[in-house]
Amino acid sequence: MSETVYGPVTDWATDFDHGSPAYAADMHKIWDDLKNSGCPIAHTERYGGAWLPLTHEMVHSIAYDTDHFTSEAPVVGQLKPSQIPDRIGAPIGPVPPISSDPPFHAEARRLLLPAFAPKMIDPWRDEVVEICNQLIDDMGDADHIDAAVQYSQHIPVMVIARMLGLPVEDGDKFRGWVNLVLSGIGEERTEARMQQFMEFSDYLAYHVNDHKENPREDLISFLLNAEIFGEKLSLEHAVGTVILLLIAGIDTTWSGIGSSLWHLATNSVDRRRLVENPDMIPAAVEEFLRAYAPVTMARLVKEDMEFHGVQMKKEDWVLLPFPAANRDDKQFANAHEVVIDREENRHAAFGLGIHRCLGSNLARLEMNVAVEVFLQRFPDFSVDANEIVTWSTGQVRGPRTLPFVVNARA
Amino acid sequence: MRVHVDPSKCQGHNRCYALAPELFDVDDYGNAFELNDGVVPAGLEDKARLALANCPEFAISIEE
Repeated sequence: MSETVYGPVTDWATDFDHGSPAYAADMHKIWDDLKNSGCPIAHTERYGGAWLPLTHEMVHSIAYDTDHFTSEAPVVGQLKPSQIPDRIGAPIGPVPPISSDPPFHAEARRLLLPAFAPKMIDPWRDEVVEICNQLIDDMGDADHIDAAVQYSQHIPVMVIARMLGLPVEDGDKFRGWVNLVLSGIGEERTEARMQQFMEFSDYLAYHVNDHKENPREDLISFLLNAEIFGEKLSLEHAVGTVILLLIAGIDTTWSGIGSSLWHLATNSVDRRRLVENPDMIPAAVEEFLRAYAPVTMARLVKEDMEFHGVQMKKEDWVLLPFPAANRDDKQFANAHEVVIDREENRHAAFGLGIHRCLGSNLARLEMNVAVEVFLQRFPDFSVDANEIVTWSTGQVRGPRTLPFVVNARA
Repeated sequence: MRVHVDPSKCQGHNRCYALAPELFDVDDYGNAFELNDGVVPAGLEDKARLALANCPEFAISIEE
């Protein structure tokens, strides 16, 4: 095993670190500089070896190529799956179906698709509207608010907790675990981190047992009774899927809502257009998804292979930066401009191919309602010039603080 | 004009159904299919083109 590399990046083409604050702060420029210098796919020895392809074409082809790339570990860590004892490997992986490969993947996904299909998600609209209005009511008449801490971060947590059947008031705990799994990727495995993982697993064990003893109409009870290939799901599979639904639905959507509001706080022309024409919000949300796509996924190389002139080794990480694909000017006209009424928009914010985000209909509903209600209640707002907007690090990107001044309320 | 969703390409992004519900529907799994054998009623041609231009999987085709 090669030595673990930490510390500042020396060269983005040969030593990139997608988990560093420098990347989070400047990724658009980093991608452009790499592509302009003739490097459409960067490499690093960090994380035991990883690749960062930057064009839509490359990201698309890797997402479709389940023969050469496995989804077994969709989040890059310091350890490769083969270095983690007792880990559930391909084709199932620890958090099915996002960690699963064909043919198992299709069956594990098919189980979940109906619960997240448009006709099951649309009826949640009124509840999301109520949640968003309540969060704004809770801000009182303050002129200085934090739209990430007081608004964006709560919306997806409250919805997914209700869908799963977990206590809505445990939102802080869920966000702590999301942060643990997704933001701390470059960190060493400290005692404190291991302790947090234990608490997460104990919490889930408690609630899964409670659902076994007291079944109800929610996704946890559904998973405990669901069958695959004629047999009940293994407990590992059911719990893995609960972890996935909890983790994947929270900071991704919170990031999408936060980036949308940040754009509107910093672009008053776009904000005014949406206040005056709320029917433009759905198209604008698609453009925010394109321009500020929160999620980068990862694959692992199955066997040594050549890809676009580079030699990939077995078990190298390969990142799928959907945000970079969405800013590829070969695929999108004026890719670097945010055009809120863009007509042609085949963005890849929810991924491409068989792993298309299962919760995309829910995420879109939450983003649309969150923007709509925020603009209704605060038709004029801006970033507080005395405070700092902070962004997450890791494979999910979005603002974690959004200090705003409310200039008008309705 | 006729539209068609290739079921082997559709991954359920739901863009066509959201943009042109007169022309597309989705099944219980969220996968899309064309309504009315894909025949596009007069006046809805732009909606058909919009659906095509927003499918991330390039699953929609149009026959003029």
